[in-house]
This record gives sequence, structure tokens and C-alpha cells, in this order.
Amino acid sequence: MNVMNEQKIEEAVKARMTAGTNEVIKMRGDKVTVHYGEKQALFDVDILIRENQVTALIGPSGCGKSTFLRSLNRMNDTIAGCRVGGKITLDNEDIYDRAIDVVELRARVGMVFQKPNPFPKSIYENVAYGPRIHGLTRSKADLDEVVEKSLQKAALWNEVKDRLHDAGTGLSGGQQQRLCIARAIAVSPEVILMDEPCSALDPIATARVEELIDELKQNYTIVIVTHSMQQAARVSQRTAMFHLGYLVEEGPTEKMFTNPDEKRTQDYITGRFG
Amino acid sequence: MSGLTAFLFVLVVGLIAFFAGAARARALDDGKIKAHSRPQYHGAWAMLLAVLPALGFLIVWSFGSGAYLNKQIDERVIAQTSEKSAVSDTLVRSLADGIKRLDAPANTNPPATMSELMPLLAGKGVTLAPDTQDYMIPIALDANSMASRFGWLGGLGALALAVLGALYGIRQVAVRERARHKVERVMLGTLFSASTIAILTTVGIVLSMLFQTIAFFSEVSPWSFFFGTVWDPRFAAAGSGGSQGQFGLIPLLAGTLYIALVALLVAVPVGLMSAVYMAEYASRNVRSIVKPALELLAGIPTIVYGIFALVTLGPWLRDISAVLAGGSPFIQAQSILTAGLVMGVMLIPVVSSLSDDIITAVPQAMRDGSLGLGATRSETIRRVILPAALPGIVGAILLTASRAIGETMIVVLAAGVAANLTANPFEAMTTITVKIVNQLTGDLEFNSPQTLVAFALGITLFFVTLVMNIAALAIVRKYREQYE
Repeated sequence: MNVMNEQKIEEAVKARMTAGTNEVIKMRGDKVTVHYGEKQALFDVDILIRENQVTALIGPSGCGKSTFLRSLNRMNDTIAGCRVGGKITLDNEDIYDRAIDVVELRARVGMVFQKPNPFPKSIYENVAYGPRIHGLTRSKADLDEVVEKSLQKAALWNEVKDRLHDAGTGLSGGQQQRLCIARAIAVSPEVILMDEPCSALDPIATARVEELIDELKQNYTIVIVTHSMQQAARVSQRTAMFHLGYLVEEGPTEKMFTNPDEKRTQDYITGRFG
Repeated sequence: MSGLTAFLFVLVVGLIAFFAGAARARALDDGKIKAHSRPQYHGAWAMLLAVLPALGFLIVWSFGSGAYLNKQIDERVIAQTSEKSAVSDTLVRSLADGIKRLDAPANTNPPATMSELMPLLAGKGVTLAPDTQDYMIPIALDANSMASRFGWLGGLGALALAVLGALYGIRQVAVRERARHKVERVMLGTLFSASTIAILTTVGIVLSMLFQTIAFFSEVSPWSFFFGTVWDPRFAAAGSGGSQGQFGLIPLLAGTLYIALVALLVAVPVGLMSAVYMAEYASRNVRSIVKPALELLAGIPTIVYGIFALVTLGPWLRDISAVLAGGSPFIQAQSILTAGLVMGVMLIPVVSSLSDDIITAVPQAMRDGSLGLGATRSETIRRVILPAALPGIVGAILLTASRAIGETMIVVLAAGVAANLTANPFEAMTTITVKIVNQLTGDLEFNSPQTLVAFALGITLFFVTLVMNIAALAIVRKYREQYE
């Protein structure tokens, strides 16, 4: 797993050098629409997700940002009556193509949810869950290593290393959320989607998770939905503003927060609506 | 005054207390000090003060006076006959009830002999036991007048208590009076006593069986009951000595557990899988049809399942086995297999309906978390949802097992009444419940071991299920995976 990641980083570095820029497109949304039954929730979203960057999706409640996030790893498939139109690609492959196995896709595009949702199992079993179902490890020693590495990357190892076999649900909220991040990392995804990962956490736990997100972007591409403007400003390199199902504007976070092109973005960021 | 009339009067007083208390509370509220409780709580408290003590008195009084009356009748009967009969006070009481139903003046001044009284009573549709004696008539008359006197006393007493309670309650109304908390405490008491009823009933059931069981064990040694392998109670005619039967529990217990096991082997996998399908896969349309249909299945009386086993499944299995063996069938028409299969089908809806609710209660976040890691649906179900639902599912299975162990009618019809001890599922066997019914039906002396054994069987069954439930609780506690 580790080897794979290192390779990936190398490739990415190479790609940047050859392109003469330091940005590689990881995912691309092309006229993405989403319907829930008769109701259209997302209208023609065009967006680029850049590799090894954090892209923040912001916007008022019900603007479609979570819907868009969930269509990036086809979690919307589990909702009855949900249809996705347009085209979403991962490394230039259409993820809604018939040839794509949704199970494999979700292993490549992991997800962390709003409320920490560790399984009612031990800490170890929570992290080992993904590697086990995908058969990523050959031996118990391998699995132990993956669990340890994932917990280390999620900055949780030192807190739980002596009680790996205690229930994951016994951790504090912030620890639980980092456990969920470790669980997602353990299957070595390329992209991690985070749906308001800090909304159920206190400020200290939030700071820990934000720090973690910053570290993770070296190895992963991260898309995060957040309601907190400060969080978006702190952790992301790119910000996309959604409103009423439309993508209003997308750009470098710094520009979005200081000098956005759209008045709506300006108004939302300064708290005039939303 | 009858108990019912007194009860109604007490309720009326309670209602008056309610409105009076509420009105007083409203009148006292001058808006300067904030009232502690709203007027209806003051009213409710006054009503409770009026009704509860009065009803308690009424209940105690009616039990007490009834017991006193019985004792009086008993003494009078003994004084008349100088011998004690267990049934004579019952005879007097039914005679008294009969006389009460006659038209005036016969209801207070009936004829002095039974031969004259009988036709009168028969005209009112009252039939009495033939050994009701003439001397009982005056006793019955006295009993009637005493009962009516007690009724009046009790009714008036209850009414007086109600009025006193109501007055006290209304007097208590004050701006800062904490009526709301008091009503809350009464609610708590009511809920608590409701929950104790079940426990007390259980204790009562055990006690009612315990004495007969002790009587049984004084005649048959516990050793030969619990470890005997032959069930042969010998329905000998009463009094013909030397016909002590054999009361071995083992064949019955084995049959009970064997049939229950076969039933669970059918019901648990099928029920669980259908629950998983309904909770996780079925569309709303399918679910709205299949779930009620399954629950309808649970409502079929077990005797109907028994008939199905007796006339259809049993003979069918026997014929199949005859064909397979080429001649003589190796499955008997009444067999463990037949009973277990049919009982299993009967239990499928129980398992599936209970498990369905439990599986549906597992939070959606668990499914999302697993699917988001690239698990398939069935992996999610096997590795996350079922483990999370396990305590509930074990509970459901145990509930099902208790039903299987307690089932009687299917066994009678499908597995027979022969108490064999066999490991062959194609032979007939029987269960504890069937034998309890067997031993208690028919004309038997009630104090013979042949009858008393039913109580020993009953209490054994009770403890078997009790131990099972305790074991299940321990298992559930050990493997619990909490998702909150």
C-alpha cells in the first residue's frame, strides 16, 4: 500500500513537471445534473478537482453541495429515485460508465461522513474492515501494519495504540471522526470525500481534524463540504461556491475569499445570506 | 349497594373534585404570584385524593367481607352437620345467589324445603348441585342479608372517604402548591405497579404449581422423575393398588427439545433471510405486500397448521419415503420431522417480523460507512448490520424458541402422543406440553400421581425456559455491539 502511494506521488510529481504547472486534474465534472425523483437538485455543474489539493464546497443549506459530493463516489446510488446525468470522470474514466464497478470506485474514492459513524466493532476491526473486504493484505502481520500506518496517518495511533481492541464507539467524538478517516485511508483511496466532517465536533477536535486534512493532502486528493467559511479558508486550496443547485463560482481559495467574481459569493462569504 | 354502584358514585365525586379543584385554583390565581401548577393539575390532584383511597378501601372491603361471609357460612354449616365438607360453603353460596334471583316475596321468604324450592329456581334458569340440603336455605338467606348489609356499609364507607378526600384535596389548593409534582408521582406509581403485575403473576403461577409438585414428589421420587427414561403413567382405575406408573421426564424433555430444534432449524435461517430481504433489498411496494402477508401467517391458529401436518404433509412425507426406499416407508406419518417442519413454518413470520424491525433500527450511517468503503451490500449486511443487530436477533430467536417449546397442538397432530426416546427424526415422539394436557384431561382423581405429574412437568418446563432466557441474556450482554 505504501509502495503504491509513493509511486503515485512520483507519478504526480512527474506529471506536474512535464505539464509545466503544478496541477494535475484528478476528477472532472461535466454538465453534472442530479434529480431526486421529479425534483432537480443539481444543474449543469462543471468543475475540476485537482490532485493533491483540498477543494472546499461551500454554500447555504440545500444548495446541492452534499449531493454533488455524494455523486463523486456514487453514494447517491443507494438513494431510491436518484438519477445522475452529465459526466463525472476519475483519471479520465467515466465513473457512471457501465464498465465501472461501483464497489471498486468507492475503494478509490473514499468517504468520511458528517457524523462520526464507526462500526460497533473494536478500533482495530474498524480500520481493518476495508483491507479485509478488498483482500488487500496477505497475512496478519500485513494487516497489523496497515492498521498501524492508517491510524498514524490519521494522527490517532498514539492515543489508541494500547487499546486497539476496545470498542471504537467508546472513543470521543473527535477521535471517532479520526478513526473514520483512518478507516477510509486503510483502503488506500486516491480521493477522500468529506461531508462536513467537523460539524459534530468541538473546536479542539475540529482543529485536530483540520490539521490532519492539511497533512493528508500530500498523499490524497480531498473534497470537503463545509458550512464554516473559516474552515474552508484554513484548509482548502480551491473553493467552489454552490447556490440553489448551481455552481456559482470556483477558484483558488485566496481569490474566492478576497476578490470573488460573483456578487453572490461575496455576499455569502461575508454573511449577507445563507 | 353493589360494588359497581359504589364505584360509579366514587367516580362522580372524583369528577366533582376535579372541576371544583380546578375552579378554586383559577379563582386563587390573582396574577401577582406565578402559580406553581396549572389549574387542571390541582383538579387532578383533588380527584386522585378523592378516588384512590376510596377505591382502595372498596377493594379491601369487598375481599375482607367476602372472606368473613365465607367463614360465617362455614361455621353455620359445621354447627348444623358437625362435619366439615370442603364443598358445602360453595353450595350455600350458589344457593344464596339463586334465591336472590327469585321474584319477591320468594327471594326473602322462600319455601323451606329444597323439593319446593328447586322448581322455582329452575323456572329462573338456576340449576343447583343435587346434594344441596334443606338446612342450607336459612343459612343462604342470612348470607344474603349479611352480604347486602356489607355492601351498603362498604359503599357508604367508600363514598364517605371519597367526599373527605375531595374536600381535603380542594382545601389544599394554593398558589404555590406543587400539585403538578404530586400528580407526576402518582403517574410514576401507576406505571410501577403496572410493571409489577407481570412479576407478581409469575410468582403466583409458580406457587400454584409448586404445592401440587411437592405433593407429586412425595409419592414419586425426584430421581426417577428427572432421570427416568420410561414414560408410562398407567391410567389404572382408582384404588386398584400396585399400579404405580413410571414417570420418566427424559423422553418428554428430549422430544420437546428435539422438535423445537428442528423447528428452529427451519424458522431461523428462512425467517432471518426473509427479514434481511425485506429490510435491505425489497422496494417499498414489495415490502408493503410481503410484510403484512407474513404477519397474516403468524395469525393462523396452530391447530390449523396441525391439521395441515396431519392430513397433508405427514402422509406425503411417508409416501415419498416409501418411494425412495422402494416399498416400506422409513418416515412415519407422525414424526418429529413433520412436526418440526410445520412448526418451523409457523415460526417463520415470528422470526422475520421481529428481526425485520431490529435490522431496520440499525442506523443508516452504518450502511453508508460500509458502502462508502467499497463494501458490497451483502458484505455490509454480514459484517456490519447483522453484528450490530445481533443482540436483538438473539432475543427474537429466544422468543421463538420459547414458542416452539410451548407449542402443543401441532405436536399432538403431527408427532403423536407416544413418549418414545429416539434419535431418529422420522419416528414419533412427544413433548412435555402434550403430556400435561394428556394427564389433566379425563376423569381422574385429582390427588393421584397420574394427575399431579402434570404440575411437575409444568414447573420443569417453566424452569427450562427460564434458564434459556437467562443464558440468552448473558450471551447478548457478552457479544453486544453498541452502535450509539
